[in-house]
Amino acid sequence: MKIAICVKQVPDSWAEKKMVNGRLDRESVDAVLNDLDEYAIEEALRIVEPLNEGKESPEHTITLISMGPERTTEAIRKGLSMGADGGVLVSDPALAGSDAVATAKVLSKVIQDGGFDLVFCGTESTDARMSVIPAMLAESLGWAQLTFAGSVKVHAGAKSVEIARMTESGVETMSAAFPCVVSVIEKINEPRYPSFKGIMAAKKKPIDTKALADIGVSSGEVGTTGAWSEVLEAQPRPPRDKGVKLEDSGDGGTKLADYLLEKRLV
Amino acid sequence: MANILFLVDHDGSKVAKTPGELATFAKRAGSAIGVILANNGAGDALAAQLSGTEIDRLIVVENDEISKHGIAAAVSALAQVVAKEKPEALLVASSARGKEIAGRLALRIAGGVITDATDFRSDLSTTQSVFGGSFTVNAKVKVGTPVITIRPSSIEAGVASAAASIEKFEVSIEAKDKTVTISNSQPPVKGGRPDLTEAKIVISGGRGTNGNFAEVEAMADLIGAAVGASRAATDAGWYPHTHQVGQTGKTVSPQLYIACGISGAIQHRAGMQTSKTIVAINKDPEAPIFDLADFGVVGDLFAVLPQAREALKAKRA
Repeated sequence: MKIAICVKQVPDSWAEKKMVNGRLDRESVDAVLNDLDEYAIEEALRIVEPLNEGKESPEHTITLISMGPERTTEAIRKGLSMGADGGVLVSDPALAGSDAVATAKVLSKVIQDGGFDLVFCGTESTDARMSVIPAMLAESLGWAQLTFAGSVKVHAGAKSVEIARMTESGVETMSAAFPCVVSVIEKINEPRYPSFKGIMAAKKKPIDTKALADIGVSSGEVGTTGAWSEVLEAQPRPPRDKGVKLEDSGDGGTKLADYLLEKRLV
Repeated sequence: MANILFLVDHDGSKVAKTPGELATFAKRAGSAIGVILANNGAGDALAAQLSGTEIDRLIVVENDEISKHGIAAAVSALAQVVAKEKPEALLVASSARGKEIAGRLALRIAGGVITDATDFRSDLSTTQSVFGGSFTVNAKVKVGTPVITIRPSSIEAGVASAAASIEKFEVSIEAKDKTVTISNSQPPVKGGRPDLTEAKIVISGGRGTNGNFAEVEAMADLIGAAVGASRAATDAGWYPHTHQVGQTGKTVSPQLYIACGISGAIQHRAGMQTSKTIVAINKDPEAPIFDLADFGVVGDLFAVLPQAREALKAKRA
């Protein structure tokens, strides 16, 4: 079984973000592996590890796939230190400004060429937060879509997957035969911290960096020129007016109630 | 006149509150045409619930395979409606399902996709609030039929007296869109409280609750609020993950947001800073949440909340 995991390098979700010319300024903030991708890596590891136990060369592998500037290798390295086997990074100046459509196109090309059985993803990236890539990958690959999984059961022998999809609409039990695109939600597991041994091992694991030409996608299909939507204008949110701050000296609750009533908020 | 299609969100028997809102946005650019994807025999009862909205026409698709096979089947059905109606744009309410349908449909009909719009104008351009509300972006789809998801409660639904015309439309779902089988569906466990993303008031608890949400919930029930939680609180297992407000959780924009024992790290602010009025209760006078608060109380939530509750009850009596 070959599992691909789509990962993204994003600005640290604890950092303030800025926009320049209608785009996120990625240079000014620390870049990290998208938090939500760690759950996908952890889940795939939990599926693969018991199957590989006691085997000389692992027959079940995990490959991290990403698209982004060259420094994205740092985010991939983090995933490798958790235990994934290798990485593929598509990096090309022409990719800057790509929209979800182009991203899905590039990632699915790499997945198609890699002969994978399953793709795992987080539910969204913490920067763009569109939450559409896993579904769009299923669409462009023509694979079964098993997304927003709160639990995943992979039947490696029967080549099928069953998940519990957990969203605001409730819980659905759904299943499909390989190949499938699976996205997992945050509550599915507790991602491990990379061990020292894992960090050392990751330094020797392969990351295959490819340009657009290597995967057979033309530069006109991606980036700002290939985008199917465009930002017309981006404005920082005006700062909020300074509010009232008072020390509770025994009547803080009463004053809060007065404020809510006076402003007709409750 | 331009046709704007939109998907009517429902749970099988009851329509959501978003179709009226989407109809009002659609009217800005043309005729509002709602599409109901339902099980066999369920369409009429759903359509009947939409009277009084600004919907001009309703297209009812009844096919049991849609609810049995999930997102791909819904996309297949919608793509067939789009092929027949050739709309100027298609609107979907933002939700996990809505956004997934929009993303796939965009690829299938070769149109650009925009998610989480809070405004939609007659020139088909949109407004979104990005990076946790720190930027406002105007955007437009430039290729194909725009597929746009719109956040619930972005507009007050308009009212109309004329009833929408209703027509049935047959679709056939291809095998490639039936690879997923749904064997069981459980509706969400609803407490008596409003839904987090649709609520007019949200009250959230964080680290300062120390795992005790009783006071937060008691206040929520008194003022009809939804309950949220910071990532610190959900990570600690104090409150369900589905209630998390913030960068990796839900984004809310209610009339009133009350943050209790939440320091206000960017992670949390990203999910609530577009709220109209923000109230904060925190022991730490230096907590960043106070920079956002219209009204802040430096104090213990376990003293402030019960006192405020008693005062509100007394004033109301």
